[in-house]
Amino acid sequence: MSEQPHRWTMIIDLDRCTGCQACVVACHAENNVPVAGEDEVRLGRAMHWLRIERYWEGEYPNLKARFVPMMCQQCENAPCEPVCPVFATYHSEVENVNIQVYNRCIGTRYCANNCPYIARIFNWFDPEFPEPLNEQLNPDISVRRRGIMEKCTFCIQRIRRAEETAEAEQREVRDGEVTPACAQSCPTDAFVFGDLNDPESRVAKLARSRRRFRLLEELGTEPAVIYLKGGDAYVG
Amino acid sequence: MSVKATTTPVLVVQEDPREEHLLLDPRPTKELNGMILEAMQRTGKGFWLAVIILGALILVGLVGAWGYQILTGMGVAGIRRPVYWGVYIANFVFWIGISHSGTFVSAILRVFKAEFRRPITRGSEMMTSFALIVAGMYPLIHLGRTWRFYWMVPYPNQRHLWPNFHSPLMWDMMAIFTYLIGSTLYLYLPLIPDLAMARDNTTGWRQKLYRILALGWRGTEAEWHHLKTAINIFAFAIIPVMFSVHTIVSWDFGMTMKTGWHSSIFGPYFVVGAIFSGVSAVATVLLIVRRTMKLDYFLRPEHFDAIGKLVLVFSFAWTYFFFADYLTEWYGGEAVGKELLTLQAHGPVAPLWYAMLITNIVIPWLTLWNRKVRRSFWGLLLVTLGVNVGMYIERYIIVTGFLTRNRLPFDWGAYNPTWVELLISIGSLSTFIFLYAVVSRLIPLVPIWEVREGQIAHTLRRVGRALVPSVAELE
Repeated sequence: MSEQPHRWTMIIDLDRCTGCQACVVACHAENNVPVAGEDEVRLGRAMHWLRIERYWEGEYPNLKARFVPMMCQQCENAPCEPVCPVFATYHSEVENVNIQVYNRCIGTRYCANNCPYIARIFNWFDPEFPEPLNEQLNPDISVRRRGIMEKCTFCIQRIRRAEETAEAEQREVRDGEVTPACAQSCPTDAFVFGDLNDPESRVAKLARSRRRFRLLEELGTEPAVIYLKGGDAYVG
Repeated sequence: MSVKATTTPVLVVQEDPREEHLLLDPRPTKELNGMILEAMQRTGKGFWLAVIILGALILVGLVGAWGYQILTGMGVAGIRRPVYWGVYIANFVFWIGISHSGTFVSAILRVFKAEFRRPITRGSEMMTSFALIVAGMYPLIHLGRTWRFYWMVPYPNQRHLWPNFHSPLMWDMMAIFTYLIGSTLYLYLPLIPDLAMARDNTTGWRQKLYRILALGWRGTEAEWHHLKTAINIFAFAIIPVMFSVHTIVSWDFGMTMKTGWHSSIFGPYFVVGAIFSGVSAVATVLLIVRRTMKLDYFLRPEHFDAIGKLVLVFSFAWTYFFFADYLTEWYGGEAVGKELLTLQAHGPVAPLWYAMLITNIVIPWLTLWNRKVRRSFWGLLLVTLGVNVGMYIERYIIVTGFLTRNRLPFDWGAYNPTWVELLISIGSLSTFIFLYAVVSRLIPLVPIWEVREGQIAHTLRRVGRALVPSVAELE
């Protein structure tokens, strides 16, 4: 694993997440994700690359809401990758993330079925950006047309930019230099992003927490998203 | 008719074997040829009406609805997160299943020299080819960007793209193409002598057509020798291909990590289900063909009797696999697996699931042991139609039902097909019937030479007052 120059990792502290959905909005804005609209969302076609999964715990009146931000887990051993017949999704050896090539996708949706996190989003229709959303499209990112699968990329455009800047300045990428849109917008700092290969990085330190867990770890998908248990969970 | 002994009243009342068995009831070659040529050329008002209605349905479904879907987006179908695959994939699996009819009836029965196969091979081989054509459309209909389907074809190109052979979809595509080519050749080879017969007995455009299709067949000994060898090779070779096709279709599901899909039994389970559904479809189609084309001489109760027995046997086999799959899931007790079983037992798909158990297990088991049911038109027709309804439900539940439940309960969902999916499904069913109806008027639906070969090999001899069938071993 350490042969790779970077091991981009996301830490999500569930203790800090308030379920405010700022990250969801930021993700839409950063990645040119269209808004599906009320009817489509009701059908189950919300386009969020990042969504806040809300689970209720207990019975009224002792009720607690638990929030789990959910997005592509950038699995090291991703189940979505081998099933694609046209290599539209593959594992990047450089960034160590799961890449989705929009132009190559033909829309078999096999990857989405095989994702245990149901993290992949399909373009059911051509995207629409009603006024004034069309004024703020991100030029670093393409707009995907109908019939194409997409998903969280760890804001790879920001990773690439930081890498290129660092290379131009002939130095390593500094910790904290790459911040995905969700992490940038989180008011409680629940998201921390960085390189796990750097033992001094914030992610590396947090990843050693005893609260750490990864989603559906038993499947052996090796996600690059690490959660920190929240609430009154026993952290012994 | 029964032969009654007039002198000694003790003698058993015996059925005339000539009435029962096609192979013991030989007719002169001319009469045989005449019967099939007449059936082939008879196109009444009903036929043309059916063809026009089917053609219209194809236009509405495959041009109208599919065109609308291509131009608007997959959103017009009912699929949604997390049910990314819907009716299209269920239809795909269903039609691949129907395509197992021809090969099973024709190749396996030919290899095992089951004599009852002789008049029914062609009719079922045609089903294989047409069902495969219909099935082959579905992966395209189902693609988000249909117009890019050729990216799955491995050929050197400027995009420097090569398909991913790790993907079960690629295995699928190759298996289906192999099967389509193999089964069409296997349909064509035994057809050549009959096409030559049709060439010699028709005039006009038909003769011109058959002259080309018959490839100059004259019926010399050398030609027969080559043909028999080729048919023999194909009959053996197509069987493993048939098994591979539905196994690979099942691997589209089995290779994933989805609970309910990820199962090593899916290969044989799907193959058995496909043969179950395919053989039932052979019965359904041939019953209708016998009625509409007046082929009572060739297709007799004995044949439907035999097919009915096969259907019953495959109902047993399917039930065994179904039970093995179900029990494993239930006993394993994994949380998602339990949810899937709950979904079937008293969830949204429960009515369908119980209907499947009734049409696939209860009805065949209660009826098909009975000779009278197997030999009656409506009895066998309804039972075999029911089996295919049940087998469709099975695929529908496996594809769309199982996708609604996942490991993370926040992402559970529901699925309902839309009118677009419905119209496309009707359009594809119409395509199958349309192709079958049109081609049944173009090529001899019963292999005359195979029937004659059987009739030559079987003779009735009179021993005392009894008629004893005697069989000459061929080959």
